[in-house]
Amino acid sequence: MANHPDAAKTGDLKLSSITKSFGDFLAVDDLDLVIPKGSFFALLGPSGCGKTTTLRMIAGLEEPTSGKIYLGDTDLTDTKSYRRPVNTVFQNYALFPHLTIFENVAFGLRRRGIKDVKEPVEKVLALVELAHLRDRKPTQLSGGQQQRIAVARAIVNRPALLLLDEPLGALDLKLRRQMQIELKWIQTEVGITFVHVTHDQEEAMTMADTIAVMNEGRIEQLGSPADLYENPKTAFVANFLGQSNFIKGTVESTSGTDQFVNLQGTRIAIPAARNSSTHKSLLVGIRPEKFRIHNVGDATTGNKLEGGIVTDISFVGVSTQYQVEMPWKQELMIFEQNDGGAPNLRKGDAVTLSWEPHFTFALDGDEDVRSGLAGADAE
Amino acid sequence: MAFAHAGTATASKPGRAGMRIPYLLLLPGLLWLLMFFVLPLINLAETSTKTPIAGGETGSYEQTFRLQNYVDAFSENSAQFSRSFIYALLATLLALAISYPLAYAIAFKSGKYKNILLVLVIAPFFTSFLLRTIAWKQILGEEGPVISILRTFHLIGPDTSITATALAVVTGMTYNFLPFMTLPIYASLERIDPRLMEASGDLYANGLTTFRRVTFPLSMPGVVAGTLLTFIPAAGDYVNAQILGNPTTKMIGNVIDSRFFRIVDYPTAAALSFTLMAAILILITVYIRRAGTDELV
Repeated sequence: MANHPDAAKTGDLKLSSITKSFGDFLAVDDLDLVIPKGSFFALLGPSGCGKTTTLRMIAGLEEPTSGKIYLGDTDLTDTKSYRRPVNTVFQNYALFPHLTIFENVAFGLRRRGIKDVKEPVEKVLALVELAHLRDRKPTQLSGGQQQRIAVARAIVNRPALLLLDEPLGALDLKLRRQMQIELKWIQTEVGITFVHVTHDQEEAMTMADTIAVMNEGRIEQLGSPADLYENPKTAFVANFLGQSNFIKGTVESTSGTDQFVNLQGTRIAIPAARNSSTHKSLLVGIRPEKFRIHNVGDATTGNKLEGGIVTDISFVGVSTQYQVEMPWKQELMIFEQNDGGAPNLRKGDAVTLSWEPHFTFALDGDEDVRSGLAGADAE
Repeated sequence: MAFAHAGTATASKPGRAGMRIPYLLLLPGLLWLLMFFVLPLINLAETSTKTPIAGGETGSYEQTFRLQNYVDAFSENSAQFSRSFIYALLATLLALAISYPLAYAIAFKSGKYKNILLVLVIAPFFTSFLLRTIAWKQILGEEGPVISILRTFHLIGPDTSITATALAVVTGMTYNFLPFMTLPIYASLERIDPRLMEASGDLYANGLTTFRRVTFPLSMPGVVAGTLLTFIPAAGDYVNAQILGNPTTKMIGNVIDSRFFRIVDYPTAAALSFTLMAAILILITVYIRRAGTDELV
């Protein structure tokens, strides 16, 4: 057959000004993105953010309204799905129910006219450790096994690009953890570029080298998992990846690499590099686990906030979660490891909070503190 | 142990009542089948081996267990038997050829018109089967549109007609059983996860290959159901041959009809009915085995 994917068509995947609209609805809005060859890349966002549409456009299942898709130097924009060197692991796997596991995996190879399918199919079945199920039908397999077959069916073709559409969404939590590790291992093993779409921030952070957080058809922020978590540039990203306390403040002065901020009457320090705003009014973000909680007067180093009252304590095993009401009537969330470092506190106790300045991040004061919260809970 | 015993004794009481419920629910249906299927069938079997009472009135028979009745019935009517199966097969194939694209279009391409189209498929059923068959006589008749179009394009000579031919019979049967073919195929196609077609495209299959390798195999349960629902009644049909045919297009249904109601030869009619039933059963058993769709249903 003539539709053998050209081996030369490899390289970075480049999306250039991609837009997709469905009627009046703008699903993907002028998106520019480069996915480096060999990387494990995640598109993360709430449902309806355009991540799946982006993936489907890369696969050729959806045509962009405007913009171009390149793989290396090859323009794939008008190439039919069955001629692209791209394979997809579908949500709910889409295994062919009338074919055996062997024939499911061999499907792509046979369509490309490859005569000897036995060896590559058996090799990939061994890779996913399911060689013994080769003569079964998909319905006779468990969810986790079907998932691995879906991956095997795609990677046996040695595509330049493997797309994963919410691949673990149908699995239970324990199996999902295990598959996260396995997928990461398979990616390292085969060296194919993986593009992974998910709404699960933990899944994206566990597996991907680089994450693009998407919201309303645009990319909010792109970076490594740690970078996105520690230094979010928008409230949406801060809320979508983990939890945050946001306190309103104003910039007082800058000296060298430090900025001093008036935080509800208390002067605190922030490394200037961690302030993504140029405004005077700021939204200062501190992750709950960065706070240290002390009896009044015990706090020694770092930024301090005085006058807190403990309003709620919940013990969750590895950590204890405190709700502390501040003098300006804001409730803050604090997570303390249960390693004996925190004082014994009860509801109503007066406390001081402290944290290291480099754990602070600052956003524009006009950011919506609730952005990304509803989306995170949607699915 | 005593405790355990007491426990099971009390626990099994509602259990036993629960066990009976399915049988009680089956009872009305079973009684109905017994009265109107099993007993008539026994009666039919019994009739099929009777012979005329010597010197008796027309229609009076006695039980002589004459199995030769079957041999006679079959050998005298083998032409009608084979004609029945050939016509039924042709009508089934034609109906499949027409219904599959139709069902495919309704399932995948009709968008918001899906329900309207489905109603249109069933709509002819609101008029009588007999009326619709008689209407075909007009459609295929000398003054009808089919003949005039064919003659305009010189596809048939001025003396050729379609009424009272085998073609008319097969056309009528095809038309009458079309919904029985269309609906099961539609139901099968509609159930296919569209992602399977996408997956096939993703795995380098073009549209035609996707149809051959994925869509069609997955619609086989509908094809099997549709062909059975068409072939079985078509093989026993006599209305189409009666209204649209001529004496040389007689099917086995017509023979049974005339034996029963005109010649009052009950044993032969009964033997023919049994032979037809057995032939159909054997054919569909072979067919279902060959189709091998049990895993997909």
